[in-house]
Amino acid sequence: MELLIKNGSVYDPSNGIKGDKTDISIKDGKIVEKVSSNASVIDAGGRLVMPGGVDAHSHIAGAKVNMGRIMRPEDTRAGIKPRTKITRPCTGYTVPNVYAMGYRYAQMGYTTVFEAAQAIMKARHTHEELEEIPIIDKGALTLFGSNWPTMDFVREKNMDKLAAYVAWGLLASRGFGIKCVNPGGGEMWGFGKNVTGLDDVVPNFDVTPKDIIVSLMKVNEMLGLPHSVHLHCNNLGKPGNYKTTLASMELAKQVKPSKDRQVLHVTHVTFNCWGGTNWGDFESKADEIANYLNNSENITTDMGQLIFGSATTMTADGPVQYANAKLLHAKWANGDVELEDASGVVPIFYAKQVSIHAIMWAMGLELALLTKDPYKVLLTTDHPNGGPFVNYPEVIALLMSNKKRQEEIKTLHEAVHKRTKIPGIERELDFNDIAIMTRAGHAKVLGLLDTKGHLGVGADADIAIYDIKPDQIDPSVEHAKIKSAFQSAAYTIKGGEVVVKDGQITATPMGRTYWVDASVPDEHTEIMMKDIRMKFKNYYSINLANYMVQDEYLTHPKVVRAGVIPAEVS
Amino acid sequence: MTLKVTLITGRTINQGATIENKTSSDYMEATACCELNSKDVALLGKPGANVRVKTKHGEVVVKLKENNGNPDGLAFIPMGPWANAVVDPDTKGCGMPGFKGIPAEIEVTNDKILLMKELIARYK
Amino acid sequence: MAVITDALCPFCGCVCDDLTIVTENNKITEVKHACKLGAAKIMGHHRIKAPMMRKDKHSEFKEVSYEEAINEAARILSNSKRPLLYGWASAVCEVHKKGILLAEELGAIIDNTATVCHAPSTLAVHEKGLPSATLGQIKNRADVIVFWGSNPVHAHPRHMGRYSVFAKGLFSEKGRKGRKVIVLDVRKTETANMADEFVQLEQGSDYLVVSALRAILSGHADVVPESVGGVSKDALLKLVDTLKTGKFVGIFFGMGLTQSKSRYKNIDNAISLVTELNAFTKCVITPMRGHYNVTGFGNVCAWETGFATAVDFSRGAPYYNPGETAANDVLIRKETDAAMIIAGDAGAHFPADSVRHLARIPIIQIDPYWNATTEVANVVIPVAICGVEVEGTAYRMDGVSLRMRKMIEPTHPPDTEILEKITERVKVLRGE
Repeated sequence: MELLIKNGSVYDPSNGIKGDKTDISIKDGKIVEKVSSNASVIDAGGRLVMPGGVDAHSHIAGAKVNMGRIMRPEDTRAGIKPRTKITRPCTGYTVPNVYAMGYRYAQMGYTTVFEAAQAIMKARHTHEELEEIPIIDKGALTLFGSNWPTMDFVREKNMDKLAAYVAWGLLASRGFGIKCVNPGGGEMWGFGKNVTGLDDVVPNFDVTPKDIIVSLMKVNEMLGLPHSVHLHCNNLGKPGNYKTTLASMELAKQVKPSKDRQVLHVTHVTFNCWGGTNWGDFESKADEIANYLNNSENITTDMGQLIFGSATTMTADGPVQYANAKLLHAKWANGDVELEDASGVVPIFYAKQVSIHAIMWAMGLELALLTKDPYKVLLTTDHPNGGPFVNYPEVIALLMSNKKRQEEIKTLHEAVHKRTKIPGIERELDFNDIAIMTRAGHAKVLGLLDTKGHLGVGADADIAIYDIKPDQIDPSVEHAKIKSAFQSAAYTIKGGEVVVKDGQITATPMGRTYWVDASVPDEHTEIMMKDIRMKFKNYYSINLANYMVQDEYLTHPKVVRAGVIPAEVS
Repeated sequence: MTLKVTLITGRTINQGATIENKTSSDYMEATACCELNSKDVALLGKPGANVRVKTKHGEVVVKLKENNGNPDGLAFIPMGPWANAVVDPDTKGCGMPGFKGIPAEIEVTNDKILLMKELIARYK
Repeated sequence: MAVITDALCPFCGCVCDDLTIVTENNKITEVKHACKLGAAKIMGHHRIKAPMMRKDKHSEFKEVSYEEAINEAARILSNSKRPLLYGWASAVCEVHKKGILLAEELGAIIDNTATVCHAPSTLAVHEKGLPSATLGQIKNRADVIVFWGSNPVHAHPRHMGRYSVFAKGLFSEKGRKGRKVIVLDVRKTETANMADEFVQLEQGSDYLVVSALRAILSGHADVVPESVGGVSKDALLKLVDTLKTGKFVGIFFGMGLTQSKSRYKNIDNAISLVTELNAFTKCVITPMRGHYNVTGFGNVCAWETGFATAVDFSRGAPYYNPGETAANDVLIRKETDAAMIIAGDAGAHFPADSVRHLARIPIIQIDPYWNATTEVANVVIPVAICGVEVEGTAYRMDGVSLRMRKMIEPTHPPDTEILEKITERVKVLRGE
């Protein structure tokens, strides 16, 4: 099947195209040099064309997402849409059902989304849901930061065993990369405790969060994984935590990247750039984080932008969720996973007149606007922690229009003036910046820039066309038009197929699931497996033979090869 | 003698072990029974006697059994068709019928215990 | 002879995954490591041989072809204005997905056996959340274990050995000796006989007792009377002390809480107690789920519809309101005008009034065995047994997803195939 997109105003940052009128040829799901005269034609009519959106950090599937649905029928009721001839029924706002998850991303022009955290033991559940999310390509990052084998091998300083464990854990969970959440804290939460900083010693395991982070970065690069270590910092949710965040970033200097990407991705910075010592003197230190990013080369971040209104916080950071539930007097789900990690789910409502929330709203924007290189700050809401992903167009509009920001600031608690820098920031991002922060940057950070996040020959034909003519709009003034255009793509093309037209779903093909198959020397696996077998014999509540995710749960797999043994060309 | 009790229903190991074999006599033996402590049993007769259990919602004949884990005045019938002949159908607005805590009267009877088939046939 | 190791048990919410199954000529000859419940189910017995239909509820069944039975099932369902699709808990998740799609297609109500088991727990989760953990967390860490209105010796026989009372782990190497086991119940059950402390409650007083414990925990022992729900104040004070001073407290609850007077409010209150205990120590709470995959239905239904159970598709979009849309609600109100009962036995486990209504309306039964529902059914479609003859996904009581193994080749078609064919036929009948 051939398709030609003509007369688009194309933004394709990684190929250096900034609004040029370029035609895009598509054949068999890929972007090609040219197509025959038989190709169907879409006339973009000068409208904005970008690669399909990519999201490197969103909670779209698995145990905690589903717990969010089960504990929040009030949220399910907030997004009800009956089935149509093409689509299944949609429900939910912060915790949509699987169908709404796929449709709504596609309607915004997004075509690839990564679930940000799965425990290996619960990965089968994650994949059961990923299999039901229509249209988009997806994958899931696997938690390694509090796993008993991780901490044992870190303590033994045996990086070969740790690398073998990570490779095996990715296979067992069909995961895409290393997620590390409040390292060490997940284990301590097993007895209701937490670590308080990078140098605390985790009892019984005799390792520190610092040891865990550095070791995981080392084996990530030994294995040459496509993505880097993806870190949710210690002390998240505590005033003053920006110091822990900066100290964690500093650790990245100890490791050299094996690929053209960061060695550390520090995620949802809105939740860990907090100054002050308590809720009274709480203030934004996003500027300090931005300053650090401007002077370093091997770290990336994402915003975790706060959206006013309803949100559902969900994270493997168990202790922070207990603290949230207490602070907010909210309902609380906890989901410790034996030998692996913790987790929790707590609903929240972000209100404009709550000083903390107003300051947090500013943090994500400050980070994005004060960091010079848009490749270093990805646009996310840490869905649904900062707010649901359907609000990305709101964030885009805020980044592109100081006027919109100033209008918004007028409606917020006055703390936004004293405790943040946002009122004085005039920078307005352009379409190229936005294309980086919503596509190219995500693909680069994930290590998928060969086929995702760009429109060069060989890329997947994942494309969004928006009803904006870039040369005829002033985003600073016409921010409402920007927002509405990004909410509802004129076309979304996934793998060469039109899946959205004029904001409506037109087809629901099944996307692929990315996972990383990393090879290590057999002798490393053998020696590592002795420990694993012992842990199953003595500690796990299931047998090793029933642990790993089976092929049946990935009907459309996309395997990315990596490993300490160079992968053979297939 | 009519004994006034509070009735609860619930799982037992034999009810569970025969649950996929409901036409068997083992299932009937496991579930068509009513447990009382020996003091309450003595007030009615002997274990093994047939008793009629009556509530506001229906009546059923089951076999009397002894279980000294029960406090005075508490009757237990394993979950199943016989128990459900007498439980409270009202879900009280939350979907769950009243399977526990039903006021009931128990008396010895010469009537026979209906087979599952006969019991359900009464509903047709 | 073939031997299957690490086989999973398709009986209760424990989903034990360490069974060894011996087969010969496609027959199971031996089940090792299973409890009485699991072994009985896996060994199996005489099955419904072929699909059956009858003219009315009083006549005898006649054997028919699968095609005939499926066509009749589709006819009944597509003619229905208020169909109910009920059961599901004894089937794997792959069956649930097909069932939800059929419910959408029909505009039906879909509900599962939790409605007479732990659905009130879900209502409590709506109010308070669920501070919980996987069972291995209990095994490795718990030094105080509480069973409240739950009798695992009878209902979950291997729970205590594998996951809780006797299980040994990294921080619990002494097993039973290192643990304090507390049972709260109205009867002195076999589980209570094994406990260090048995607290006997008056029937229906669970809510009061939880409230008293919360009052004591929050420093208001002065307002607690000398006896609450038949439990002395001294015993309550001692219990709070045990809970507070445990290093890791695991609370398990059963139908003693979900089915007695206050129903979901009992659990709502218990979850609050657990949340408050976390200010003193680590404490988690887990429902003792009955069928091996009742937790799976709740999960599948939640990710597909946003709601865990009792979903009404009559508006085209999911609607949920137990008390209005749960199976017994619609049966007692005589709203349902046709029902499909699959992988669950409403005939045996619903109150007489509900079964009386089932006896008045057309019923399709999909099940491997003849049971009480068969007695009121019009169409009976026998199927393969999930978890014995059909592989697929099940969720353990703690939400751990596992893949059930196939032990022998089926002699009957799987539920998924029957549901697909009914759905296709319904579409044809509706001119889609």
